[in-house]
Amino acid sequence: MQRTVFPHKVLPWLLLAPQLAVTLIFFYWPAGQAFRQSTLREDPFGLSSTFVGLANFRRVLSDPSYLNALQVTVVFSLFVAFLPMVIALFLAVQAEKIVRGRGVYRTLMIWPYAVATAIAGMLWLFMFNPSFGTLAWPLRQMGINWNPLLNSSHAMILVVAAATWKQISYNFLFFVAGLQAIPRSLLEAAAIDGASRRHAFWTIVFPLLAPTTFFLLVVNTVYALFDTFGIIHAVTGGGPGKATETLVYKVYNDGFVNLNMGDSAAQSVILMVIVIALTAFQFRYIERRVHYG
Amino acid sequence: MARILLNDVRKTYDRQEVIHGITMDIADGEFVVIVGPSGCGKSTLLRMVAGLEGISSGTIEIGGKVVNALEPRDRNIAMVFQNYALYPHMTVRENMVYGLKIAKLPRAEIDQRLARAAKMLELEPYLDRKPRALSGGQRQRVAMGRALVREPAAFLLDEPLSNLDAKLRLQMRLQIKDMHLRTGQTTLYVTHDQVEAMTLADRLIVMNSGIADQIGTPLEVYERPASEFVAGFIGSPAMNILTVSVGDGAAILPGGRRLSLPGLPAGGQFRLGLRPEDLRLAGATEGAIPVELRSLERLGADAFGYGVIEGTDVPMTVRLPGNSAAKRGDRLGVLPHESRLHLFSVETGRRFEPARGA
Repeated sequence: MQRTVFPHKVLPWLLLAPQLAVTLIFFYWPAGQAFRQSTLREDPFGLSSTFVGLANFRRVLSDPSYLNALQVTVVFSLFVAFLPMVIALFLAVQAEKIVRGRGVYRTLMIWPYAVATAIAGMLWLFMFNPSFGTLAWPLRQMGINWNPLLNSSHAMILVVAAATWKQISYNFLFFVAGLQAIPRSLLEAAAIDGASRRHAFWTIVFPLLAPTTFFLLVVNTVYALFDTFGIIHAVTGGGPGKATETLVYKVYNDGFVNLNMGDSAAQSVILMVIVIALTAFQFRYIERRVHYG
Repeated sequence: MARILLNDVRKTYDRQEVIHGITMDIADGEFVVIVGPSGCGKSTLLRMVAGLEGISSGTIEIGGKVVNALEPRDRNIAMVFQNYALYPHMTVRENMVYGLKIAKLPRAEIDQRLARAAKMLELEPYLDRKPRALSGGQRQRVAMGRALVREPAAFLLDEPLSNLDAKLRLQMRLQIKDMHLRTGQTTLYVTHDQVEAMTLADRLIVMNSGIADQIGTPLEVYERPASEFVAGFIGSPAMNILTVSVGDGAAILPGGRRLSLPGLPAGGQFRLGLRPEDLRLAGATEGAIPVELRSLERLGADAFGYGVIEGTDVPMTVRLPGNSAAKRGDRLGVLPHESRLHLFSVETGRRFEPARGA
């Protein structure tokens, strides 16, 4: 690695300034605002606010609907963190086997990533709308009383499916790159050692993909917790009831729909702590088992 | 233990043939080296025997069984790869027993084989290390060990020493030779290094763009190269090869000098091969080839003079005694050993037979 030494102390800061400015203005400042807001309570007209200490946190944490959102989030995130990985890994392995048209296959696999979250949500909403959905009809024909507007399990399946579909491309891309980084001679050596393709996959390929898998686990977790807002907003709006109301959706709902800024800010602070803790946990305990080339 | 039979083996990629029909009978326990420059198809041929490349036509038999349609794992072979192909996430021990575990050998048998191989290759202190914590030579030995424990019908080695430094390469070469003597396994070894080829092989296959130019013992190949290509490839420094026109029992060299030699063909253009070590200094004797020295390499025991035939641009290498007083710019007269010259056809590059031993 080459080390460049700048003659001035000012120049490096100047070069870093744009990135630092973006980070400070769009990340740290709002986060700071959230912290401040979470200790304040606003009057009904939004004209003044008073300091209330941790009262917002206490109320949020003892609110049954908050605990419900927490539970929904755990279920939703577990599925959305793991399902795209499993499906994308399967597809990436299949893509490796293709000889002709590999580029086309890969490109098609990556396209969904370019679809905006809200659009993806609308797409799934239309396809599975119980009254006119193209794919809801065959479900009903199969004897499934498909109705995500009333059935909370169906609603959950729908948002998980949409969020997973959206994330498969990203996971696929990384798994394809990860697979390509594994030297072919390792698989040849395994073939000569007598390993079947399946055995070689689980004993050689999968362990060597661990860095990729770990990275995707972290990214998918953050994605499930934050970036799926658009999908939930478009597909179910958190309903039916509060069956698909995740933490981030509740932050939005309480803050910007119900205009309870104090509670909303307290929730976003809690969410931030959860994500930081989760990521730290992943790095601390899972990464240790990851073998980097 | 097995005999390997290659019968008109061919390989075609996208309608382009890269291996043009190789036939060879490798005896049980024989050490055969496939040697040739890069891109000659030697690795492809080895990989076809291993089952890593399909066989476009012809048959390969290992131990009396045609293996064309068999998967690598059913061919009972072990292979050492150029980059070793050690499983990076497994310890040395796990690497070595990987195949044995798949074969579901009893625990005691696995331990016994591992212990024996580890002892033979002096790997005992490293069994619990990961490959990345090993030096190049140690990794190479692990790769050998992984092949050894499987006790296969045949060993296939694909340029196993090319990633090592010169000293280690010599060491490992001796170790491979020793291992072969001890196990008596049929071994197929690919290399581009002629020293490895000459020292290790019972027999050589010299390959040139997909064709086996010559199959024979190292000495046969050195003494009677079957083609101009083989002549130029085997031997260091490379053989001098000049275009000569033959007539009246003499060869006319570039520069016009006549060289009277017995056993020459009646007439025509030929390529004459003279090894640097087969030229003796003859001073200004009549008929000697005058060589103008352009540079000199002293190796201690020998010195090699690189020059041109006087009055031409035809290069000529001469072996000189280590303490030779010759220097750049000198004019040397050299004479070839009459029994050690090689004539090749200009058109086909094949050896002109009547000149042999004449």
